[in-house]
Amino acid sequence: MSKSEAISWYRIQEMFRFQSFHMYGIIGVAVTLGAAMIAIMKKTGFHDATGHVPNFGPKAKTYWASILGGICFGLGWAMTGACPGPLYVLVGQGVWVVIVIIASALLGTFIYGLLRSRLPH
Amino acid sequence: MNTLLNIIRQPWHWSISGAMIVLVMFLLIQAGRSFGVSSSFRALCAAGGAGKIAEYFRFDWKKQNWQLVFAMGAILGGFLSQQFLANPDPVALSEATLADLHTLAISNPAGSLVPEDLFNFDFLLTTRGILMFVGGGFLIGFGTRWAGGCTSGHAISGLANLQPPSLVAVVGFFIGGLAATHLLYPILFN
Repeated sequence: MSKSEAISWYRIQEMFRFQSFHMYGIIGVAVTLGAAMIAIMKKTGFHDATGHVPNFGPKAKTYWASILGGICFGLGWAMTGACPGPLYVLVGQGVWVVIVIIASALLGTFIYGLLRSRLPH
Repeated sequence: MNTLLNIIRQPWHWSISGAMIVLVMFLLIQAGRSFGVSSSFRALCAAGGAGKIAEYFRFDWKKQNWQLVFAMGAILGGFLSQQFLANPDPVALSEATLADLHTLAISNPAGSLVPEDLFNFDFLLTTRGILMFVGGGFLIGFGTRWAGGCTSGHAISGLANLQPPSLVAVVGFFIGGLAATHLLYPILFN
């Protein structure tokens, strides 16, 4: 994550301005290779180390949650220039104000937990 | 050895990063888990005792403690890459992005992956800083849990597994991201 600059605020800005292929390349390769891997696992009846067949879905068809929650997260992603994984990596890099972003994310998670039954899913 | 270190210090090509993400995904599936980072927020809230207040956090978070281990691993990886493998040059952005940053008056100094003008406590305590970091962080936590995943769970695992709800979530990510970049930033930094 660090070495490919996927944790960089600059790269996220570049992505949302469609000015570079960099982030699309990272996500594109991950999705393509990941899709091939999952297809092979399904075909060959892959069992994990605990002896179970991995749970490959289908995911709950909660489209309202996907789109509305997705828009909220997208706003936060562009505003902070980081998604959850990179937030942790940035703390390791010593960018201390990111701890405030993570604390705010935990508050957001907590408020979601409180409001969950009242939100469309 | 030094030559090898110098090669590693260069920014890595996007295809290497993409492949390494899939390696992480494989290791997690192999271990009987799934690749998704934002669920660690739920586990952290549960560990902090949020289950006393909201049903959503009432689960055995100790069974999910691998997520906290994963988060600690990410922190350690960030530390090691910064201490030993940091790229001394500025992020090699496209000309168009550099021009846009100039308009926003945000610098792109050498050896920094995030703008030093923004990622400091003085900026955090301004109205813009609170809006961007506290507001943005809140939306990350609230939005990822509502949507049921973030970049790793939806944009990568979900799309790789051809899940329609994940595609809808990714469309949402971009609606939000484009709105913040093209509507909010020009207002905040004019």
